[in-house]
Amino acid sequence: MAEAISTLPSPSPAPGSGRVTKTDETPRYNRAWIGRLFIYATLIAMAAAYLMPLWVMVTTSLKPLEEIYGGSFIGFPQNFTLDAWRVAWSQACIGTECTGLKPYFVNSLLIVIPAVVLSTGIGAINGYILTKWRFPGANLVFGLLLFGCFLPYQAILIPMARTLSLIGLAGSIPGLILVHVSYGICFTTLFFRNYFVTLPDDLTKAALVDGAGFFRIFWSIILPTSIPIIVVSCIWQFTQIWNDFLFGVSFTSGAHSPITVALNNIVNVTTGRKQYNIDMAAAMIAGIPTLLVYIVAGRYFVRGLTAGAVKG
Amino acid sequence: MSTLEIDRVRKSYGSLEVLKEVSISIDTGDFLVLLGPSGCGKSTLLNMIAGLETISGGEIRIAGRVVNDLSPKDRDIAMVFQSYALYPTMTVSQNIQFGMKIRGVPKAERAKAVQAAADMLQITHLLERKPSQLSGGQRQRVAMGRAIVRQPRLFLFDEPLSNLDAKLRVDMRTEIKRLHARLGTTIVYVTHDQIEAMTLATRVAVMKGGVVQQLDEPQTVYDRPANVYVARFVGSPSMNVIPGTLRVEGDKVMAVIEVQNRPPATISGIGLSRDAAARYAGRPVLVGIRPELFSVANGQPGTITVDIDVVEPTGPDTLAVFQLGGVEVTARLPPKQVEAGTATMLAVDTSKLVLFDPATENLIK
Amino acid sequence: MNASRQSSRLAAWLPRLVVAPSLLIVLVTVYLFIAWTGVISVTSSKFVPVYDFVGLEQFARLWATPRWHIAVENLFIFSTLFLAISIGLGLLMAILLDQHVRAEGFLRAVYLYPMALSFIVTGTAWKWVLNPGLGIQKVVNDLGWATFRFDWIADPQMAIYTVVIAGVWQSSGFAMAIFLAGLRGIDNSVIKAAQIEGASLPLIYRQIIIPMLRPAMLSVVVLLSYIAIKSFDLVLALTNGGPGAATELPSTFMFSATFRRNQMGVGAASAVMMLMTVAAIIVPYLYSELRERNNG
Repeated sequence: MAEAISTLPSPSPAPGSGRVTKTDETPRYNRAWIGRLFIYATLIAMAAAYLMPLWVMVTTSLKPLEEIYGGSFIGFPQNFTLDAWRVAWSQACIGTECTGLKPYFVNSLLIVIPAVVLSTGIGAINGYILTKWRFPGANLVFGLLLFGCFLPYQAILIPMARTLSLIGLAGSIPGLILVHVSYGICFTTLFFRNYFVTLPDDLTKAALVDGAGFFRIFWSIILPTSIPIIVVSCIWQFTQIWNDFLFGVSFTSGAHSPITVALNNIVNVTTGRKQYNIDMAAAMIAGIPTLLVYIVAGRYFVRGLTAGAVKG
Repeated sequence: MSTLEIDRVRKSYGSLEVLKEVSISIDTGDFLVLLGPSGCGKSTLLNMIAGLETISGGEIRIAGRVVNDLSPKDRDIAMVFQSYALYPTMTVSQNIQFGMKIRGVPKAERAKAVQAAADMLQITHLLERKPSQLSGGQRQRVAMGRAIVRQPRLFLFDEPLSNLDAKLRVDMRTEIKRLHARLGTTIVYVTHDQIEAMTLATRVAVMKGGVVQQLDEPQTVYDRPANVYVARFVGSPSMNVIPGTLRVEGDKVMAVIEVQNRPPATISGIGLSRDAAARYAGRPVLVGIRPELFSVANGQPGTITVDIDVVEPTGPDTLAVFQLGGVEVTARLPPKQVEAGTATMLAVDTSKLVLFDPATENLIK
Repeated sequence: MNASRQSSRLAAWLPRLVVAPSLLIVLVTVYLFIAWTGVISVTSSKFVPVYDFVGLEQFARLWATPRWHIAVENLFIFSTLFLAISIGLGLLMAILLDQHVRAEGFLRAVYLYPMALSFIVTGTAWKWVLNPGLGIQKVVNDLGWATFRFDWIADPQMAIYTVVIAGVWQSSGFAMAIFLAGLRGIDNSVIKAAQIEGASLPLIYRQIIIPMLRPAMLSVVVLLSYIAIKSFDLVLALTNGGPGAATELPSTFMFSATFRRNQMGVGAASAVMMLMTVAAIIVPYLYSELRERNNG
């Protein structure tokens, strides 16, 4: 039926219609061609606009300062140099410490890795329970967790700061890990729940009949099927936590800050002539880990993004 | 000896009662089919036998042992699911031996059991594949293999054929029947497909609204349905249930049915107990006539004349549709004997005709 | 038999036991902390929390603060433009990408990559791009258009629009991704049926396809609103709230009141205002999403 329709000549072929499988008839060919041209021109122009800031960042970071003040903004570096990167990495001053971004990059790693692993693990088991071991009130628990995804964090900054100092974790990396895990499990639970809902309940039932218990089913049956969503969850959490600024600037200070806070310091606190090449190199250093993840696993990144829009 | 006894079992979710005092008991080697439309409680009952749903009231006994509080693994059962429920990350072989692995069966023994089951189901060449690489029919076989290696006292099948296409469904039906004959195990099988019930079962329980309507051998369910609901649910095209009036003249019992634009038709020679005949004499009844009980009359007495409305040839037969007693009636006739828009004389085989009470819709015995 | 019964009872409680710590964490860090913030907002707390009760005094002070008025007004301008432009661009990109174009995957990746970056990185980059002396303005000037002015970032009247530009750059790809997913979910036969009736492609999009994207549109509006309300890092990195207070937003206001100006009570009051705004948008959305999903 559908086949028959698609092979019918369309009475009024739409210009530039990519959905029609049949090519338009000859007299209209020119119009269709113009339509395609318009589509590609628009798409390419927009792509250029989206890439421009990245291009400027990269080229600026590879230029010596004189060249920048000499008026080269968009052009290719004339005197290519990695000095700005070297300074940003190991010499730039953050506050009074002139250590470069290196220690803060390490801080971010020390925060991100445990926080990602913990929140993903907890989210996985929560999602498993909320779909395969539903209990009275499970929906309420899920609803409570879900709202946590959309919490404006300003609403908890003060109590969290008080609590962290109360339990002796103020300004420390473990404290920041705790914060990220607390709010991260809202997202990871959502990811895993929405994924496990699509696994047939018969799977759990079959395993029960086979004699497997709660943890056995999780380890042997459910977890091995969840590699894609584990990747989604890890990437999402990695990006969120790496890019976090609010928690970092609110709950840490000085040597324990994550890289975003250090970057903001470099950019905003410099006195004298602004060293844009170092700013851009620093921004690139802070952005490269998440950009790399995006390039390597973009598909999973998009799935994480759209998971919040359930009906998307 | 009865392998499975379901004794006044109830199930309710809050105030919603999905099973109302269901009692079924079957013997070793029986093939029980729970038949009914979706939402009739048949799958819930199966899950309760398996231990996947709690029992709100009553008792389920397997081989004489009350299993109400036993976990599924302790009930000596195996189950085949509608979606097959094969563990997607395990190979066929791992799928089949997962249960044994959990029970701590030694590796060599497991391998032997897998091999035996695979031979029986002809899936030996598939053992190292993943479920995603199998066709629907192959998945079905693997699911059965997983059940077979348990050597359970009771097999449970939850609509196992409903995800297969028509042709494969018939093949697998035969396969299941063969398996039952070969293993001789007791089976409880849930389906909404009355043909599966007729072909496979030794006992059929027709369910509706959480109540067993009839529990009998399939042929009995077909020939002597307990009520109008069962009569209509089993058989395709379904039984014609026609309003009429019972007339009794001495020993002769006959039904009088109104025919549009014609004098009323009389179907005589109905077999009915003297007692029932006396009770319903002169009163309205529902006359149940299977489509195949009609035949084209060759001038014999006791025929009815109808105006054929639509003719649907199916190949081996032709279905003729006409009005009788104010309802649409279907007759299954040999091909090319009637034409639409013509008047036709039909005879009715009254030996298998059944009567229902119009108020209770129960079979008049 | 008893052992088995006990083990099945344990089995019934095990899931609840395992999920309990997470629930406890969320109850404390989300709900208890919200309540705590609420309590602080009705006290006279300044540098540290003081638990006296001053009624709605802090809210009165908040609404009497000119800076807060600027922040609220800015949020209104910013979120309206940010949403409108992101949705427009996102929809345009999604529709064009859905025309079986070549290199679709590459283009999609280009539109979406800013979403992977920190707002701090985005802010830093755009601060440089928008630099009047050395950035875009200079490029255009050098090209020969000597009178071209693009110094919004230094202009208190215009600075908020630079936040919009950077925000759109970062987030419009997100709208594109959701719209594209929505377009891919539309049954092609609907479009074929409309074509057979003689409808032109723009008409089909206007009358049939875009209305069918309503669920995706709802998601985009809600999620972008949420991003807009919590925007904090972007402003801080791009303009640091300036020039003056020209780009102050409620999020930056809350932060500086609490941690820089020792007005914890006012900060808490502003946080409560933000929370109420988000809740007014998010709670009905979540409610409808959850209900629909249960039905489906």
